[in-house]
Amino acid sequence: MSKYYQPEIETMPYEEMRKLQDERLVAQVKHVWDNVPYYRKKMEEKGVTPDDIKGVDDLHKLPFVTKDDLRECYPYGLLAAPLKDCVRIHSTSGTTGKRVVAFYTQKDIDLWEDCCARAITAVGGTDEDVCQIAYGYGLFTGGSGMHGGSHKAGCLTLPMSSGNTDRQLQFMVDLGATIICCTPSYAAYLAESIEEQGIRDQIKLKAGIFGAEAWSESMRKDIENKLGIKAYDIYGLTEISGPGVSFECEEQTGMHVNEDHFIPEIIDPETHEVLPLGEKGELVFTSISKEAFPLLRYRTKDICVLSREKCSCGRTLIKMAKPMGRSDDMLIIRGVNVFPSQIEEVLIEVGGGDITPNYLIKIDRINNTDTFDLDVEMSEEMFSDDVKSIAKVENAIKDKLRSILGLGVNVHLVNPKTITRSEGKAKRIIDNRNI
Amino acid sequence: MLVKQVSAFIENKAGRLNEIADTLAKNNIDISALSLADTTDYGIVRMIVCDPEKAVLALRESGVVCKITETLAIAIDDAPGGFAKGLKALTDNGIEIKYMYACISHEKGKALMILSVDDPQKADALLASTDAGKVNPSEIYRHI
Repeated sequence: MSKYYQPEIETMPYEEMRKLQDERLVAQVKHVWDNVPYYRKKMEEKGVTPDDIKGVDDLHKLPFVTKDDLRECYPYGLLAAPLKDCVRIHSTSGTTGKRVVAFYTQKDIDLWEDCCARAITAVGGTDEDVCQIAYGYGLFTGGSGMHGGSHKAGCLTLPMSSGNTDRQLQFMVDLGATIICCTPSYAAYLAESIEEQGIRDQIKLKAGIFGAEAWSESMRKDIENKLGIKAYDIYGLTEISGPGVSFECEEQTGMHVNEDHFIPEIIDPETHEVLPLGEKGELVFTSISKEAFPLLRYRTKDICVLSREKCSCGRTLIKMAKPMGRSDDMLIIRGVNVFPSQIEEVLIEVGGGDITPNYLIKIDRINNTDTFDLDVEMSEEMFSDDVKSIAKVENAIKDKLRSILGLGVNVHLVNPKTITRSEGKAKRIIDNRNI
Repeated sequence: MLVKQVSAFIENKAGRLNEIADTLAKNNIDISALSLADTTDYGIVRMIVCDPEKAVLALRESGVVCKITETLAIAIDDAPGGFAKGLKALTDNGIEIKYMYACISHEKGKALMILSVDDPQKADALLASTDAGKVNPSEIYRHI
């Protein structure tokens, strides 16, 4: 088996790649202009027509798309293919309880799975391997994306989905899984459980592909040592397709972007100016081969650096560094996107007043797992003389957040005016994670 | 007899209860009964004081979340069996207690209990003619 899934693309000389991108971008812009009135309007407002876009050099002329656009267009407003041609929907949590939905035609799924197959092949996955998928299956793209990629890479695929650690470990041992795909925090948890159960010598794992949340080099070392594997990073977002937008190779120094399908740019988040290679800024993606849900210049809000230095793996695909933070207030907790505004809405609803109770989000990483605590200042509306009624308020906050975010949170009711305010504005987030 | 109870929220942190006690002291408010309900993160102080409205204003002023709720005071004999007899009066009248605590009494041979019940008005009416209902208001809202 080759060390590349699609060598002709993955090792394509840059000039050829550029030509391919030019062609695909022109076609993608025309596709969007012809089929998505919302885009056409956006382009008209900026005074751009498809005739102005002759290639990648003209990319900067196109308007940006943000999560706000996706929300405004929910659910069908950005759909560029007839619904009857679509075969799947995936979704990500949105800011206002409204989710972002992405549509896929069969071809979209096919190309996405190619991207995931490239990632699995890059970590050594072949038809000799057993690939355990421990990402969640469902609306989340992690499970099904890597599942499809594993099929295409020829691996025997174990569709475990997330959770049920004992069963994960039993299958890992009994069926001899050699590659594991999950979030880095779950990988760390699995590593600890393997240590506790003393079954390290029964594990055949050689590699892991971990994504959907931020993780550090020290966490990588820790997982690699505990599991005796090589741990690889993978990047993706539902809006653009899912996991496999970029992936790490054996060199483990950044992720190769599948730039035959997604063109990355780095911009200054304030001035929106495109920054040269090597400079830090906001990562922007333009899809160039999508049918159902193309996005032109989608602002990811991830702060990142691109580089086109020669990679020892032989791939010529541009590389992106691990994202170094966000340009908005979104938090990623245990792989879930969390916006403070979602928490505010729940507190207003539960608090019953018009004013948001003052709150403080506290995040930490203990034993490689994110902890999520929420301090809420007590108000007259929430207070009662009996414990049961206050517990009801506490539980309502917990339950609503769990149903919106799918995350467990520890709620602590605190005295009013005890959450520190700076310049009249409360500090809302304390993130003690060292990532 | 119906009694206005002041309840206040306190976080489980050193000094929080002191702040409440100090505020009441500064405002010359006398406390006749007090109970503290606690959970892992916070507690609720419940008090019977000489001037509930004034206490609430003062506490709010100092940043404490508090409120007034209607509770019931009953009189029992300060003797073995007195508590049992008092409870029987409640059970006989079908009154269920959410929580209760003791209150000081200056009447010789008598003790007072403060009760939280679902419908204090109704409970008060039921007990008015019994021994348990014989409570002297000046015993509760004592001004010194």
